[in-house]
Amino acid sequence: MEAILFWVFAVTAIVSALVVILAKNPITSALGLIVTFFVLAGYYVLLSAQFLAAVQVIVYAGAIMVLFLFVIMLLNLQKLPDMFPQKRTGFLLGIAVGGVFFLMALKALTGISVTGSPSQIDVDMGSSANLGTRLFTTYLLPFEIASVLLLSAIIGAVVLIRQSPDTDQTPEA
Amino acid sequence: MVSLPHYLVLSAILFCLGVIGVLTRKNILIIFMCIELMLNSVNLTFIAFARHLGNVEGQIFVFFVMAVAAAEVAVGLAIIVVLFRFKNSVDIDSLNIMKW
Repeated sequence: MEAILFWVFAVTAIVSALVVILAKNPITSALGLIVTFFVLAGYYVLLSAQFLAAVQVIVYAGAIMVLFLFVIMLLNLQKLPDMFPQKRTGFLLGIAVGGVFFLMALKALTGISVTGSPSQIDVDMGSSANLGTRLFTTYLLPFEIASVLLLSAIIGAVVLIRQSPDTDQTPEA
Repeated sequence: MVSLPHYLVLSAILFCLGVIGVLTRKNILIIFMCIELMLNSVNLTFIAFARHLGNVEGQIFVFFVMAVAAAEVAVGLAIIVVLFRFKNSVDIDSLNIMKW
């Protein structure tokens, strides 16, 4: 059962990732990315990370992708620019670098010894209770710093967006 | 039987698709989406290792990666909107003001 799900998810993930990088329209790319995120959430469930699967769907597929779609529609691109480099060399070079990178990763992965059988699988490992206990005890400081980071990101985004109208237009009351 | 290397190779494939997207696309929004794809493939590696080692620390790391990614997307999209106002384009070839 796990093997079947793995291969179905793997094919879906790779196809939707290809849609992301090949689609002409940014909205098609965004939809492909949403599918990829859902598939990854499925993998998280397979790997007994239930809480993170929920977070993946809510935060990534929900919040982040809505933000992306919102910006794509806000920009309202009249004419879609030519998406790939005019020069064929740039395109081929990009694929070559990506391919070399993949071979490098593959070499590194086959080099490591992961022969050890999976340690005792605790189905409850990724539950919100277990993760929450860790976050609020051992990892309390990083957790609080993450909240400060999110706050500064909110302020930064608002400041960035507000900046340009003020400088080249008279502020209206 | 699905084992750890299956997950590692899958996430390497997804990561490299993200790399290829970043290197070949010209639309800055799609480049940004490819960066998200790369972050997610790394998250998959973390969770696969967490399961393999029976150690929940990997999942905690993924939690923090997600928090950082959310902050990154908020600021990054704000920068893209400002750049679009400035240049009226999302083509990265038009963004050469820092070129020496």
